[in-house]
Amino acid sequence: MKKLSARRRHPLAAVVVLLLALAATGGLYAAFAPASKAQADETSQSLAIEEGKKLYQVGCASCHGTGGQGTSDGPSLVGVGAAAVDFQVGTGRMPAATSQGAQVPKKRNIYTQAQIDQLAAYISSLGAGPDVPTKNDYSPEGADIAKGGELFRANCAQCHNFTGQGGALTHGKFAPSLEGVEPKHIYEAMQTGPQNMPSFPDTTLSQQNKKDIIAYLKAVNGDQTENPGGLDLGGLGPVSEGLFGWIFGLGVLIAVAVWVAARTAKAKKS
Amino acid sequence: MSTTTSNESASRGRAPAGERIADWADGRLGIYSLAKSNMRKIFPDHWSFMLGEVCLYSFIIIILTGVYLTLFFHPSMNEVVYHGSYVPLQGQLMSEAFNSTVHISFDVRGGLLIRQIHHWAALVFLAGMFVHMMRVFFTGAFRKPREINWLFGFLLFVLGMFTGFTGYSLPDDLLSGTGVRFMEGAILSVPIVGTYLSFFLFGGEFPGGDFVARFYSIHILLLPGIMLGLVVGHLILVFYHKHTQFAGPGKTNNNVVGMPLLPVYMAKAGGFFFLVFGAIAAIAAVAQINPIWAMGPYRPDQVSTGAQPDWYMGFSEGLIRTMPGWEINVWGHTLVLGVFVPLVIFPLVLVAIAVYPFIESWVTGDKREHHILDRPRNAPTRTAFGAAWIAWYFVLLVGGGNDIWATHFHLSINAITWFVRIAFFVVPVLVFIATKRICLGLQRRDRDKVLHGRESGIIKRLPHGEFIEVHEPLSQEQLHTLTAHEQYKPAEIGPTVDENGVERKIKGSEKLRAKLSNAYYGEDNQIPKPTVEEYKEITSGHGHH
Repeated sequence: MKKLSARRRHPLAAVVVLLLALAATGGLYAAFAPASKAQADETSQSLAIEEGKKLYQVGCASCHGTGGQGTSDGPSLVGVGAAAVDFQVGTGRMPAATSQGAQVPKKRNIYTQAQIDQLAAYISSLGAGPDVPTKNDYSPEGADIAKGGELFRANCAQCHNFTGQGGALTHGKFAPSLEGVEPKHIYEAMQTGPQNMPSFPDTTLSQQNKKDIIAYLKAVNGDQTENPGGLDLGGLGPVSEGLFGWIFGLGVLIAVAVWVAARTAKAKKS
Repeated sequence: MSTTTSNESASRGRAPAGERIADWADGRLGIYSLAKSNMRKIFPDHWSFMLGEVCLYSFIIIILTGVYLTLFFHPSMNEVVYHGSYVPLQGQLMSEAFNSTVHISFDVRGGLLIRQIHHWAALVFLAGMFVHMMRVFFTGAFRKPREINWLFGFLLFVLGMFTGFTGYSLPDDLLSGTGVRFMEGAILSVPIVGTYLSFFLFGGEFPGGDFVARFYSIHILLLPGIMLGLVVGHLILVFYHKHTQFAGPGKTNNNVVGMPLLPVYMAKAGGFFFLVFGAIAAIAAVAQINPIWAMGPYRPDQVSTGAQPDWYMGFSEGLIRTMPGWEINVWGHTLVLGVFVPLVIFPLVLVAIAVYPFIESWVTGDKREHHILDRPRNAPTRTAFGAAWIAWYFVLLVGGGNDIWATHFHLSINAITWFVRIAFFVVPVLVFIATKRICLGLQRRDRDKVLHGRESGIIKRLPHGEFIEVHEPLSQEQLHTLTAHEQYKPAEIGPTVDENGVERKIKGSEKLRAKLSNAYYGEDNQIPKPTVEEYKEITSGHGHH
C-alpha cells in the first residue's frame, strides 16, 4: 500500500490509470455484450408458427399488408417470387426491426427452412416470380472460376469490393460483405435484387454466369481460401494496409529506436 | 640506434595485409585524413534522432528488393493469356506487366516475400519521412543553418510519394489502374493544356500501350536516381552542420555532446539497419499487401469499391472525394472545378509545411545559427501551426477513406463527406488554438516546477494545524533544462518619424511582421520563464513553501 501511495504522483501515473480504465471498460463490455444475443433466441422460439399464411399474418402483415399488397411501411410482395422470400427470410433480413437504419441488415434467421418454404409458397401464390434455385444451379461443379472473376469485377466489385468484402453506398446504405454468405443466397440475391442491389435476371446474367460468380467467390473469399501473402487485413486495400504499416511498421521501428537509444555506451569509470 | 631500428623492423617484419591495402588506398584516395577528421565525429543520443535512420535503411531495403523485382518484371502492356499457377485467373487476358507480377508472386522463388518487403518498406519509408519531418519541425531543427537540408528532406518526401505512386501503378492491376485513371482525370482537368499533357504522358488515349514502360523508367531510374542524390546531399549536410541536440547541462550552441561515430555509432547504426530490415521482413512475412491477383487485371470498364491509393497519396484522394462536383460550361468548353480545384490544392497542402521555416525566420528576424533544439511547448505558435497542419492532413485522409469509415463505423458516407468539407476549414483553426493553449499551460507548469519544485504527494500537518503539500525541489540539471530556452521579444515597428522629424513611410510588410511577431512572442503568447531573482526570492525560505 505504501508503495502505491508513493507512486501515486508519478508522472506516468495518469497513463497507467487510463490504461487500467480502458481495460476495465473493455472487459466489462466483453462480459456483458453476449447477453442480448441469448434473449433474441428466446423470442425467436415464440415466433415460430407453422403455416405460411399464418406465419405471414404474424411476421409480415404489419408492414406488407394483410394480403401482401404492401403499405407505406413495406413494398408489395405480389410477384416477388419464392427466391426473394427465401433470401430475405433465410438471411434474417425479414422480418425487419420496426426501426431500422438506412438499410435492413442481415441478422439471425428465426425461421426453420420448412417455415420459410411455407412462407415462400404463400407469397408465390399471390403472383408468379422467380423460384428458389436448385442445388445444381449454384454448386461450383462445372463452373469457370476465372470467367466468374471477370464477371464479378465487371458487375459486382464496384459495390462489393474485389473479393466481396462489401463497401459503402450513399446515406448510410451499404453493400454487405459476401463472406460466409451461402451460395444459394448469393444466387437469389443476384436474381431478385434485394434492397439497393440491382437484379440480374437470367436474361442479363445467365444461369451459368451466376454459377461462375459463385464459384469465384468461393475460391477467393470462402472458408477454404488461403491468403498466399499472410494476413489479409480485412481485404480492404490500401487503407487498412496504410494503418497497419503505420502502427506495426513504423510503430515497431520507433519502439526499436527507443530501445536502441536507451542502451547507450557508457564511459568506463576507472 | 641503427641496430635497434633494424631489430625493430626485423621483429615487426612486413606490415600486415590490411595495413598495406589501407596504405595503398590512402596514397590514392587520401582516406587517412578523411577518416581522421570524420571517424570521431560526435553524434548526440536520442531516439527521435534515429527516425531519419529508419528512412535511410528502408530506402536501402527498397533499392535492394527493387533490384530483385526488376529481374522478373516485364514492363510491357502487350496482351497475353494467363497460364500460371493461380487458378482464379486461368485463361484471362491481361497485360504482360500484370502477368509477370502474378508470376513473381506465385512462381518465382521468394518472389512474393520480396514483393511484400518492397511494398511494406515503401509504406514505412514514407511514414518514417513524415514523422522525421515532424520531429525536425516541432523541435525547430530547421532553423539556420539547416534550411536547405529541410528542403532536401521535403523534396525527398514529395519524390518518395511519386516514386511510390508510379511503383504502385506498375503491376497494371484493377486497383492501380483506377489510380492512374484518377491521375489522368486530374491532368485532363487542367484548362487548355490538360488534353495535350495527357496525350503526351500516355502516348495517346488512356490507357494506351505505353504508360507502364514509361512509369517503369520513372520509377526505377529517374526518381530514385534523384532521390539517391538528395539522400547523399542530405547526409553530407548533416555531417557538415553537425547534429542538433536538446538543451541540457554541458550542452551549448557551440558543442555536440554524444558518442563518436566510430566505434559507437557505426555499431549502433549497423545493428539498427538489421533491426529495421528484420522488422520489415517480419511484417512482410506475416501480412499481405497489395494482393494484385485478387484485384484482377486492369480494364478501363471495370472498377471496384474501396479503390484508394497508398496512404501517402490518401490526402489527394480526400481532396477529390470531398470536393463538390462543380463545373463551369462556357463557349462549348468545360472547366471541371470538382477535379481542378483539388489538383491546385494538392501541392499547396505540401508547400504550406515546406515554407514555414522561412516564414518563421522572417518573423523572428533571427539570423543566428541554432544547434540547440526547442522543446515544442517553448515555441507555442510553431507547435500549434504544425499540429494544425497534421490535423488538416488527417482530415483529408479521413475524406480519402470515407467509404471505409462509413462501413466500419456504420456512418453515412454523405455525413462524413460533409464533415470533411467543414472540418477542412474549421479543424486546423481549432487545433491551432487548442495546441497553443496546451503549450502555454505546459510552460506555466514548467515555470511552477522550477520555482516551487515537483508536487510530491506527501501531505504534512504543521504544528499549528495547517496542512501543506511537500514540494520536492528540482535538481540543478532539471532546472537548467527547463530554463535553457531563450525567449524572443516581439518586434516593434520602430520610430514613425525619421531623424529630421519627417513622417517615415512604413511598409505594409513591416506592419504585418510586427503583428505576427506579437502573435508569436507577445505578452499572452509566451509565459516568461523564471528569472534567477525570482528563483532566489522564492527558494530563500522567507515565509514561502
